[in-house]
Amino acid sequence: MLEARDLACRRAERVVFAGLSFSLAAGDALLLTGANGAGKSSLLRLLAGLLPRADGALLWGGEDALADRVLHARRLRYVGHGDALKPALTARENLAFFARLHGGAVEPALAALGLSALAELPARVLSAGQKRRLGLARLALAPAPLWLLDEPTTGLDASSVERLGALLARHRAAGGMVVAATHLPLPLPDAAELRL
Amino acid sequence: MTGWLALLARELRLALRHPADTLAAVLFFVLVAALFPFGIGPAPEALARLAPGALLAAALLAALLPLDRLLGADAEDGSLDQLLLSGLGPAAIAAAKALAHWITTGLPLLAATPVAAAMLNLPVEAWGTAMAALGLAAAFLSLLGTAGAALTLGARRGGVLLPLIVLPLAIPSVIFGAAAIEAAAAGGTARPYLLLLAALVAAATPLAPLAAGAALRGE
Repeated sequence: MLEARDLACRRAERVVFAGLSFSLAAGDALLLTGANGAGKSSLLRLLAGLLPRADGALLWGGEDALADRVLHARRLRYVGHGDALKPALTARENLAFFARLHGGAVEPALAALGLSALAELPARVLSAGQKRRLGLARLALAPAPLWLLDEPTTGLDASSVERLGALLARHRAAGGMVVAATHLPLPLPDAAELRL
Repeated sequence: MTGWLALLARELRLALRHPADTLAAVLFFVLVAALFPFGIGPAPEALARLAPGALLAAALLAALLPLDRLLGADAEDGSLDQLLLSGLGPAAIAAAKALAHWITTGLPLLAATPVAAAMLNLPVEAWGTAMAALGLAAAFLSLLGTAGAALTLGARRGGVLLPLIVLPLAIPSVIFGAAAIEAAAAGGTARPYLLLLAALVAAATPLAPLAAGAALRGE
């Protein structure tokens, strides 16, 4: 469904990567590994349409995925380095905003990451791991076929990694695709690995 | 549309949670206006002569204050990426930001206009026109400012660059706004100037968000 052909990325006149090809079918997961600065985050941003590609093609169902970037954005969820939280809003308010953008229900998403008890707290007082979980709770809102995850388990404790694993398994069982960049072991069984 | 309203509602809610930002702009406006009487000394006629331009300049400078955080905060915490991936077009995002800036910075300035106008010895008859002119000029600045904020996003010293880009473009709104207030103070009709000001806002309403959207895209 998602196919990359000879993708290249250039940042500040430096070639980050070039000639990158892979394809993902429904239910597939792709793990991006490589040293710092190898271009894992750049590749994820490129797949999301947030970075322009220097060369190559990105196909969705055989057609140019990035021809209509607003349409492409609707089929994916991106979890980047920032958790996109507003410190002054409570955990529930932060997630409710994304629920209005993407659809889906807030309470089950909070529960999926074990955040129900923290829902009334302003995001400002949450710990780094709790903020990360709140960022990941966006994945548990309405379904989207492609998840792009940049170091999703940074700062997470073991039980939260397990919760994320359950989310990922459900997403893939429903035919969802995952591309994740990581240095830590991720709960993604049978994932293909792409070394940048 | 739901998403657009959700974004606008979130911007307004954040402004309510941080009332100090709005208050700072209002106080800045009043204080700049208060500097003129001190500088000019006890000459009420000279002060009234300067009042229209001084009001406009003070209001535009005050409205510039929160602009560099308008998109900067969202870019730093990852919100901007999420907004660009929300299914809203970048121009729609920029339009929501501009409207939120006008509501949270431009409109509160109107509430302080009588205070500033009194300090500048502007005749009471012209206060209503002054508020209309400032409201329209602030809307023009919100639109231009959003485009400027999008262009300077990620630039080093973007906060300094922003006024240098935005203020020259805002000059027409100062000319028409001051002319409107002057006409009202002299007992004439301010309508043509206010209409010209409204025309500026009408032209910038589609153009500035489109420019801002293009800049956000290229980021």
